[in-house]
Amino acid sequence: MPSVLPDGEPMPEDGALPASALHGAEARPLAFYLHVPYCATRCGYCDFNTYTATELRGSGGVLASRDNYAQTLADEVRLARKVLGDDPRPVRTVFVGGGTPTLLAAGDLVRMLDVVRQEFGIADDAEITTEANPESVDPAYLAALREGGFNRVSFGMQSARQHVLKVLDRTHTPGRPEACVAEARAAGFDHVNLDLIYGTPGESDDDWRASLESAVGAGPDHVSAYALIVEEGTQLARRIRRGEVPMTDDDVHADRYLIADEVLGAAGYDWYEVSNWATSPEGRCLHNELYWRGADWWGAGPGAHSHVGGVRWWNVKHPGAYAAALAEGRSPGAGRELLPEEDRRVERILLELRLREGVPLDLLREAGLAAAARSLADGLLEPGPYEAGRAVLTLRGRLLADAVVRDLVD
Amino acid sequence: MPATPIHVPEPSRTDPALIRNFCIIAHIDHGKSTLADRMLQLTGVVEQRQMRAQYLDRMDIERERGITIKSQAVRLPWAPTEGEGQGKTHILNMIDTPGHVDFTYEVSRSLAACEGTVLLVDAAQGIEAQTLANLYLAMENDLAIVPVLNKIDLPAAQPEKFAEELANLVGCDPTDVLRVSAKTGLGVEALLDRVVREVPAPVGVADAPARAMIFDSVYDSYRGVVTYVRVIDGQLNKRERIRMMSTGATHELLEIGTNSPEMLPADGLGVGEVGYLITGVKDVRQSKVGDTITTLHKGATEALGGYKDPKPMVFSGLYPLDGSDYPELRDALDKLQLNDAALVYEPETSAALGFGFRVGFLGLLHLDVIRERLEREFGLDLIATAPNVVYRVTMEDGTEHTVTNPSEFPEGKIADVHEPVVRATILAPSEFIGSIMELCQTRRGTLLGMDYLSEDRVEIRYTLPLAEIVFDFFDQLKSKTRGYASLDYEPTGEQASSLVKVDILLHGDKVDAFSAITHKDAAYAYGVRLVAKLRELIPRQAFEVPIQAAIGSRVIARETIRAIRKDVLAKCYGGDISRKRKLLEKQKEGKKRMKMVGSVEVPQEAFIAVLSSDEGGKKK
Repeated sequence: MPSVLPDGEPMPEDGALPASALHGAEARPLAFYLHVPYCATRCGYCDFNTYTATELRGSGGVLASRDNYAQTLADEVRLARKVLGDDPRPVRTVFVGGGTPTLLAAGDLVRMLDVVRQEFGIADDAEITTEANPESVDPAYLAALREGGFNRVSFGMQSARQHVLKVLDRTHTPGRPEACVAEARAAGFDHVNLDLIYGTPGESDDDWRASLESAVGAGPDHVSAYALIVEEGTQLARRIRRGEVPMTDDDVHADRYLIADEVLGAAGYDWYEVSNWATSPEGRCLHNELYWRGADWWGAGPGAHSHVGGVRWWNVKHPGAYAAALAEGRSPGAGRELLPEEDRRVERILLELRLREGVPLDLLREAGLAAAARSLADGLLEPGPYEAGRAVLTLRGRLLADAVVRDLVD
Repeated sequence: MPATPIHVPEPSRTDPALIRNFCIIAHIDHGKSTLADRMLQLTGVVEQRQMRAQYLDRMDIERERGITIKSQAVRLPWAPTEGEGQGKTHILNMIDTPGHVDFTYEVSRSLAACEGTVLLVDAAQGIEAQTLANLYLAMENDLAIVPVLNKIDLPAAQPEKFAEELANLVGCDPTDVLRVSAKTGLGVEALLDRVVREVPAPVGVADAPARAMIFDSVYDSYRGVVTYVRVIDGQLNKRERIRMMSTGATHELLEIGTNSPEMLPADGLGVGEVGYLITGVKDVRQSKVGDTITTLHKGATEALGGYKDPKPMVFSGLYPLDGSDYPELRDALDKLQLNDAALVYEPETSAALGFGFRVGFLGLLHLDVIRERLEREFGLDLIATAPNVVYRVTMEDGTEHTVTNPSEFPEGKIADVHEPVVRATILAPSEFIGSIMELCQTRRGTLLGMDYLSEDRVEIRYTLPLAEIVFDFFDQLKSKTRGYASLDYEPTGEQASSLVKVDILLHGDKVDAFSAITHKDAAYAYGVRLVAKLRELIPRQAFEVPIQAAIGSRVIARETIRAIRKDVLAKCYGGDISRKRKLLEKQKEGKKRMKMVGSVEVPQEAFIAVLSSDEGGKKK
């Protein structure tokens, strides 16, 4: 998650939600995101809320350390129980992300999952994912996770090329992520993802093609591919500004995306979201789909975002401040927004248009419908689904999704 | 404390022999307002404690820019300290003239109200082009000239050198050039004495029908129009009915009086006197500079000479940045027009800029001042299109078109095109002669002549198309002469020229706002420059956009904006959604500022950058 928090109204101390947020909750799936804000080193392109120190102090000397992190996070899960009251929903998905979750002992991750299970219960067919760094897992670690209830693992592969990994400050050796896939399979994980990044300064079309081929060769059931975004304030942004590495232009990004869709498609991976491909419907990341379909999710951890029934809030960023709030029995929420009906409609359009199923046209107003007709004529929307009442992006449309959204929300 | 003069003659009962009407000719910054301040103090009309710098300049802009836009007249009692008339109180009417090139006509009327002028020149700078032009104007009007060097207290002052220069121009001895410091007051008493001694008393026929010349007309929101006049013959009395001789309109004199410097009502004004009158009219157009006022009964039959209707020379489109400000802009122009007979405007619609006005100005400074007042006093954000001149286009079938906007340039068979020309006077150190001549040649100038004012200063005269001057000429001149050159110009007529209209096409659609009239030799360069600039300024669209410059159907330059291929954020997860929605809102705002030209979205910034006069690097 990006490190800059939005502006919003203040969060009540006890984290209580307005009654409207809980109205009709039974009909919506509930998900948990658990944030681990630690990394061994900070990568030059990363602007996520993450820290390399192992110990951070909050106000009143409250200690937030890697070692007691699982316990601190458990406090927030218990707070969630209180805030959601007698909400009977079992949790459909849990996603542990970071940072680098696998910097913690496997037992810590399992303990974090356990507290969710104790407080809320976890659905039988739940999807339980953790992100993992290829360098910080081994077969025993993976086996412990599987044993503790995790059934999906997502590895940050980024590239198969050493020189690209170097620009990204990734320390793993090429080939290691692909080996991780096999280890995860051996440990009993049905679902494995590899994350890739394209458009890194210095990467060629061939480098990218090689990375894709290497990734699909390892046989994960899911691949994510992201254009490298150079965020302000990162080391990479400074290096580009100083002219040490070149900036990748949008046309190159477009070419790489087309290569990705081509290679992944040929290997049996279908796109189901702009940046995500899976070998089967079961291979899709259900947790992310819940984000995109406006479900309820509770994000626990410093800087984590949550959404319940049209209320979105976000926690304080610093692990020390986060731990201090929980130690005092306060909500770690830093601010929130109560989304008006129109904002929720806009969010639905901007999120659902990125999905293979697209946006139902009846969500659009007159001007938006006229825009959809123009996009169809321009070859940005698929004719078949359009006839059936849905706006679904074509391949070219996916590359121009934001432009289409700007028109459709009118 | 200055001695307050005794036996001060009253208005309407002042012997013309005791009156001296004079003005001050000076360049911006040469200290005219400061000198006027000192005179107000020395003659006791403004007490020390009420004194504020540049007392006579009313508008903020005037005080800030140190320039005088509107003239006024102040009645100063002064008893000379020596010589003939010593100790006898005279009436000095100081008429404060506008000091800038665009207001030549107003200057000429101010001069016509005087018998003499103080030629005030900065002793560190020497005479400047506009001062010289006004000096020539004063000489043509047979005014007595009192040459004065100001700022002699400055370390950089070169009084010997510039006294020589002034003496050569005026035709006097260098020792006759007075040396003053308006700042410290040094030499100002002697100057007042010189005015009494050298400026002739007004001569008029006291028992003739009244004739008074309007030399200024100012709108005051409390009092309506205040008209400044100089009585030539006869007398104007309060409560009389008067008649404007150019229009025949009649008004009652609600108030008549003099300024010292605040308005002071009087019984009337007699021969040679200078003062103000109020009739209750609300628009300066009903009280025009240069017009003759007479009484309704037993009035004069023949007007004084020299009246001209103000004629705009330079046109620019003014558009509110925010289209919803259009009514405010209209109201603001209405208000400014009350006080500015030279300001003309009519509504104009641009496909690119929306609703606005095509506004006619006397010149570039006039344009600048009006635009700045609109922005400052009325809080409007404006786009001003590059200024253009008025063209007269004759078709082969004999019909004629007056073109004040390039988009009105007629299609079809054109016989000839006439453009206004000016006589430009440039004063500069002689080392810059080469670069000045080079600049004038590239601007289609014809050299008229050149004179040395002193050993190392030169006056260069050119005939130039006005169109060449309105576009960044002054800036170029300044930069080529390290700021030393000064420029003056006056319209002298028109000439036939090989002019063409260059159109800009965006995705095949002509964009009216970008059309320009240029000399045919400059058309290609203009086209190339503009399409290159537009290519930079217009963001990539969903499709390829050709940008072309064309004369008629002949394309002279072309660039292409490639179609955009990627406009999507790669990641959008839980923590990204708020940010993404807010980004979308911001982008929508940005989109609102886009203007649709055919199917192409053009950011308003592109229009501003290409159209605005700022782009040309106009003087500021």
